Amino acid sequence: MNDLTSDFIARLHGAAGPLRIRGGGSKDFYGNALEGEIVDTRDHAGIIAYEPTELVVTARAGTPLAELEAALAEHGQMLAFEPPYFGAGPAAETSTATIGGAVAAGLSGPRRAAAGAVRDYVLGVKLLDGEGHVLRFGGQVMKNVAGYDVSRLIAGSLGTLGLILDVSLKVLPRPAAAATLRFDLAQAEALATMNQWGGKPLPISASAWHDGMLTVRLSGAAAGVAEAAARLGGETLDDAAAARFWAALRDQRAAFFAGAEPLWRLALPTTAAPADLPGATLIEWGGGQRWLRSGAPAAQIRAVAAKLGGHATLFRGGDKSAGVFHPLPPALAALNARVRRALDAKGVFATGRR
Amino acid sequence: MPANHHYVPHPVSEDARSALLAELAAILPAEALRVDEEDTRPYECDGLTAYRQLPLAVALPADEAQVVAVLKACHRHCVPVVARGAGTGLSGGATPVTDGVVLSLAKFMRIIEIDAAARTARVQPGVRNLAISEAAAPYGLYYAPDPSSQLACTIGGNVAENSGGVHCLKYGLTVHNVLALRVALIDGAVLDIGTAAPDAPGYDLLALLIGSEGMLGVVLEATVKLTPKPQMAQVVMASFADVVHAADAVAAIIAAGIIPAGLEMMDREATAAVEDFVHAGYDLQAAAILLAESDGTPAEVAAEIAAMCALLEKAGASQLRISRDEAERLKFWAGRKAAFPAVGRITPDYLCMDGTIPRKHLARVLTRIAELSREYGLRCANVFHAGDGNLHPLIMFDANVPDELRCATEFGGRILELSVEVGGTITGEHGVGIEKVRQMCVQFSADELAAFHALKAAFDPQRLLNPGKAVPTPRHCSEYRLTGSARGLPPA
Repeated sequence: MNDLTSDFIARLHGAAGPLRIRGGGSKDFYGNALEGEIVDTRDHAGIIAYEPTELVVTARAGTPLAELEAALAEHGQMLAFEPPYFGAGPAAETSTATIGGAVAAGLSGPRRAAAGAVRDYVLGVKLLDGEGHVLRFGGQVMKNVAGYDVSRLIAGSLGTLGLILDVSLKVLPRPAAAATLRFDLAQAEALATMNQWGGKPLPISASAWHDGMLTVRLSGAAAGVAEAAARLGGETLDDAAAARFWAALRDQRAAFFAGAEPLWRLALPTTAAPADLPGATLIEWGGGQRWLRSGAPAAQIRAVAAKLGGHATLFRGGDKSAGVFHPLPPALAALNARVRRALDAKGVFATGRR
Repeated sequence: MPANHHYVPHPVSEDARSALLAELAAILPAEALRVDEEDTRPYECDGLTAYRQLPLAVALPADEAQVVAVLKACHRHCVPVVARGAGTGLSGGATPVTDGVVLSLAKFMRIIEIDAAARTARVQPGVRNLAISEAAAPYGLYYAPDPSSQLACTIGGNVAENSGGVHCLKYGLTVHNVLALRVALIDGAVLDIGTAAPDAPGYDLLALLIGSEGMLGVVLEATVKLTPKPQMAQVVMASFADVVHAADAVAAIIAAGIIPAGLEMMDREATAAVEDFVHAGYDLQAAAILLAESDGTPAEVAAEIAAMCALLEKAGASQLRISRDEAERLKFWAGRKAAFPAVGRITPDYLCMDGTIPRKHLARVLTRIAELSREYGLRCANVFHAGDGNLHPLIMFDANVPDELRCATEFGGRILELSVEVGGTITGEHGVGIEKVRQMCVQFSADELAAFHALKAAFDPQRLLNPGKAVPTPRHCSEYRLTGSARGLPPA
């Protein structure tokens, strides 16, 4: 039995309320109000298995995200969902983010629209349940339909279903080439353009629109990137500036994210019209993820998001008292609660964060 | 052979049975309720034809209200329900249960909407996999997962099994390509799970439903992602004198940073069966052939094919052929896609296994399969989704020869246990169904199975949806573990 398991089991008996699983705390700002005694995963760290030709890495939950990504980069590979590095530091290397936290938070970065989300890359998890049992779901292989897909369910569950001990992820080769292009476009034109390009076999790996400027990243084989860049036109950003731009976007260090104004995340169909809401907007994922800096009432923001076919999350700042996540219809909320209890009957992980 | 000796049916009294049938007759028009044996016989099995069971009745509702009414009636009378698409599944996921109702979604064949700008399709569950791509083709789009049965299999069944295909290393499985589902629970509640917008709020119940083998809910509608069709594709076919070299070639391609659009391997036993059937031009001297596909722009494809050819040659390929045009590319693939029916032509019966293994263990696993083939005196052809480690051994037998089905089942069980032993899984894309329910006891602990049962109860506390499939009870596992392995067990 490792230290985290024995520590957790000891805490199970002593705790008065729910236990809150925490890695580096880089995403403490995210989710509903923080409650529960902390179980710290950071000492349960290290890569357990990594075989580049199998496209699979298995790591302990407390493994720093930066360490994991550095190990992958040595073999020309990456986490294609580009999990964000939050935290106070000026760069990814100083972030305290862990892989367990990245999976539990379920947040994906700029490549999400092209490559998929965290859950799309989760192949297996080893969990501690609320009774202290070690449970393994999924595995270290690409395709696995034995039993219900609990490992993907864990992605984004914010520590409310169980404690992730280890996680196995699919990894991908880093693209051989990349180019970043810029276009002067108003919001509606930019959305139309991104949807039109999205329907073409173009190697677009990220997009961002803000303040009249659409920035698009192409990634892939050298020939395909060069052809697409020539076809799309626009102004080319030099490689260093492009790398800085996408990293700052991924980790929310760009100027748009600074300041105390509440940060809302609207998840919408890419074809949804510009949201008629007060505040500055930054659009990613070809229109699927729209950030909004706005002090408008939550009810107004949620109503607009729902009308456009999506949902709104109070991502950072603001008043969390009414809950940060978009409310579910009653029947679906009840099913979510039953699923939570199915995996945690005693409420050990019932921090209410999700 | 009776479908499943593990499953203890819910006792359904004669009164409940006739009351239910009367209610179903009030819900459905006469042609949509099949009760007589001659009408229910066509539903007695799915693609796993060795296991057959007549249901109490077959319901063929035509709209959502009818599905909900049928589910509510069955729920009220505590009668099991087995949802069914095209019945092409290979693990017995759609095999009826005694005293249960088969709920066929065959009439739900409408493509509700193709939204070309959003690159999504909203379809009913009985729509065939390939029909989605055909409907999307005018917009330059297609639905990426392409199981071999894509001509016939339905999207509802694909959701139930999390189906893959030959292109899923690059383009993903069903779970990566379905955005939302409209689902009916056993009590008739209808829920919309997932959205066309990314990352729906709440837990990722979509992931839980996909691959749940019809045990959590009935799919009423699916919103799927459409993918822009690449400008072109080309395939290189490589011959190897040794499967180990073929496996090394696959690793070399991945290590070079290439994710081919398709990467498939077939052994000699498989190519011989296929070549007789479709004349795809396969090299019958080779111990194994590899098909590696590249897609993209002409320049991208040319560069990737050249890079793959160099790697294949270095790994010891004895012959390389590059498809010269689209017709030849399709011909090369036609053989692979017809592998199952081709084997079906040369043997009275076969079982198709579905283990996934870490690719590095391929040589060990294939060597062991060859030993087992000799031990049981049964031929076995291997087709392999080499890119993602998903192995389909096809065990050939004759059910009319006494004991051959038992031997084939035991042989298959040992292959699955071998897959688990090397760090893999008993099923990559076909599902557990009734076929592999015993091997679930090898792959999962009692605590893990208990978690599955608890999740099932969150959706279906009375265990009426597709009972006896996919997740064994602790009692069955303790019986199974006593014997230690697939050997020496009576037939399922």
